[in-house]
Amino acid sequence: MSLSNLIQNWNSFRTRRPYEGQYEDAPYKWAMVIDLDSCIGCNACTVACYAENNLPVVGKERFGKGQAMHWIRIERYWGADEAKATEFPERGAEYLPMLCQQCEAAPCEPVCPVGATHHSPDGLNTQVYNRCVGSRYCSANCPYKVRYFNWWNYPDRAWPNPLELQLNPDVTVRSKGVMEKCTFCMQRLRAGMDKAKTEGRILADGEVLTACAQACPTSAITFGNWADKKSKVARMWKNQQVDLAKNSQEKSEEGIRGYRILEDLNTYPSVVYLERLRNLEA
Amino acid sequence: MSHSVPSRPQMDVQVERKFVPKQKDLGADVTWAKINKDVLKSLEKPRPVFWVIFFSALALFSFGVYCEVYQYQNGMGVSDLNNPQVWGLYIATFIFWIGMGHSGTLLSALLHIIHADWRKPIYRYSEAMTTFTLLTAALFVLVHMGRLWQFYYVVAYPNERWTWPNFTSPLVWDATAIGTYLTSSLLFLYMGMIPDLAICRDNARGARRALYRFLSMGWQGTDRQWANFKVAYMTMACFLMPLAVSVHSIVSTDFAVSQNPGWHVTSFPPYFVLGALYSGCSGIITLFIVLRYVFRFEAYMTQPILNKLIKMTFAIAMVWTYLDLIEYATTWYGSDEVAKADLVYRATGDYALQFWGMIFCAMVMPFTLLIRFVRTNYTTLLIISLILNVGMWLERFQIITPTFAKSHYPWLWTAGWFPSWVQWGIVAGSFGWFTMLFMLYCKIFPSVSMYEVKEMVHEQNMEEKAHATQTEVHEPGLLPEMEGGQA
Repeated sequence: MSLSNLIQNWNSFRTRRPYEGQYEDAPYKWAMVIDLDSCIGCNACTVACYAENNLPVVGKERFGKGQAMHWIRIERYWGADEAKATEFPERGAEYLPMLCQQCEAAPCEPVCPVGATHHSPDGLNTQVYNRCVGSRYCSANCPYKVRYFNWWNYPDRAWPNPLELQLNPDVTVRSKGVMEKCTFCMQRLRAGMDKAKTEGRILADGEVLTACAQACPTSAITFGNWADKKSKVARMWKNQQVDLAKNSQEKSEEGIRGYRILEDLNTYPSVVYLERLRNLEA
Repeated sequence: MSHSVPSRPQMDVQVERKFVPKQKDLGADVTWAKINKDVLKSLEKPRPVFWVIFFSALALFSFGVYCEVYQYQNGMGVSDLNNPQVWGLYIATFIFWIGMGHSGTLLSALLHIIHADWRKPIYRYSEAMTTFTLLTAALFVLVHMGRLWQFYYVVAYPNERWTWPNFTSPLVWDATAIGTYLTSSLLFLYMGMIPDLAICRDNARGARRALYRFLSMGWQGTDRQWANFKVAYMTMACFLMPLAVSVHSIVSTDFAVSQNPGWHVTSFPPYFVLGALYSGCSGIITLFIVLRYVFRFEAYMTQPILNKLIKMTFAIAMVWTYLDLIEYATTWYGSDEVAKADLVYRATGDYALQFWGMIFCAMVMPFTLLIRFVRTNYTTLLIISLILNVGMWLERFQIITPTFAKSHYPWLWTAGWFPSWVQWGIVAGSFGWFTMLFMLYCKIFPSVSMYEVKEMVHEQNMEEKAHATQTEVHEPGLLPEMEGGQA
């Protein structure tokens, strides 16, 4: 390894993202759109994620202590103000599936002391388990709090024999003391991209889906390659007038529902949410 | 200059005031021989309460070790830390201990540079306090790590894979700054001890003699050695002072660099440095009273010195209070609504008790130092100094916990998080570890600087002699000086 390589390593943490023309020549940039109007809060995405990514079921007690490991979680909100919730209790909660937003300027990345979390060329915020020392600074600095720490050695209890046979062989089983988070099902992306590369093409739209998008019964989650301008996800971003490189979006007309969460913190997330519509007369 | 003639009576009054003898820092009975005898005695036979303190500290430390082993084997989960509350007491106490380490350097280095002689009897143990608090703080860095067996990943060391730490992370700055500070202050402490170690060597027997002989590095007290020593010591002092300021500034960037509400404040570095000096000074007062009693240092740790120490503490407390209020004001009048809500939450929410406890202990209690009885009575002063430090610990607690409890994302607003017994045990153990090390140090090494107190006695005597001759010659109205003025 040379000095120039070393400096390049350091600089990769200092690159200001997103920058002009970042994904113009890139083959892939993974992004997502979640339609809150379609979400019925069924938790199928969470279950699919547990199965796909070897997430441990922590049990009631530890869940209550806030030590759960759900990479995607369904959040329930009962309206902005209390009055609304009591006025129309039959309407129930509003749901919001929350997962790692794969921020372009991720607050977790610069603060990791060992560089265990960094940005991949296809726009993912990755976590290197082997390198993680568990300082939890990334979690402290994440505004969405979607990073999950292995407070216990979960594999000890989560999959008693013979349940360990259900583990996904493509995904690492994490041990105690490391941080983990949603990877956009990186193992699927990796396999797909490798296959496409051998065949000398890029992945077609919808060829690879994340587990949550695949499991969603109402197709609320759209996942795809944002760098491919013809993909569904890229078209939705465009239609919703969300610009990846802006921290506040200007809409040309009323009723365009696309927004990104906590955008004003300059995180530039890769997940667009479509606002929920409610018929207050009904 | 004729107008100065009518003002002559007034000047007489001033001149008289000037020669009202001040209370000397050291009593008149302190001689060089007595200094040697007293300090060497502290290495032999302290009061029995020494053993009480030492063994209670050892017991606390053992319990802390038990908690840490338990946490190591079972995972961080036993500490009841959870998703928003990722740091808890560990980082709060870490900042507390790092802060404690700053006043030792202030006393030993800054006051050395500006020739404030009253520091001489008390700087040695303050410097030792710095070293041991840094060691304690370093423990917390390890304790809070999820995989502490791989702590060395944070250190920039050359390795076969050419992987380096992430130099943009404040935690790496932390590790570097604390490592540098610990090494330098250890060196500074040791260097200042060398002449005294030589005295110990000349008076010790057996294994201790061998230890002191090794450590004193052949000190003979020749002119050349003294000249070199003075230069080296002053150089170290000049090096250490900016270092001390930088260390706590860097610790504050752990928070100021992140984007949590209430942390993203530019005034954090000076605020942290002053808070560090503040808690350190009250720590020095506590140890002053304890050492004075335990090792019978009544002749060296005197009221005038304590009084100066208290004045310094009070001044620092006021500056800290100012900076704390500044922090609230900038948040309150700032444009960040989330930070403002966080501030209101701190003062009125689930952790209001800790917040107002902090305000009371660290902002209101220093004013009791204005009362003469409190300043001169050792028992009340001991209690006050401990209360000040409780206030400073609460300050660190309420920087961390309420911020996590109510940060940007509403789904994770949690109420009533409470640390488990493991966290409390480790925090208690750290106090045991510090006290144990410190007491051991004072038993093995001279905790009052013999050679510098001798300098002090010498200077005091010279001053007295000068005064005596001055009074003899110039007392009749101090005419020579005034005539010179009129001419």
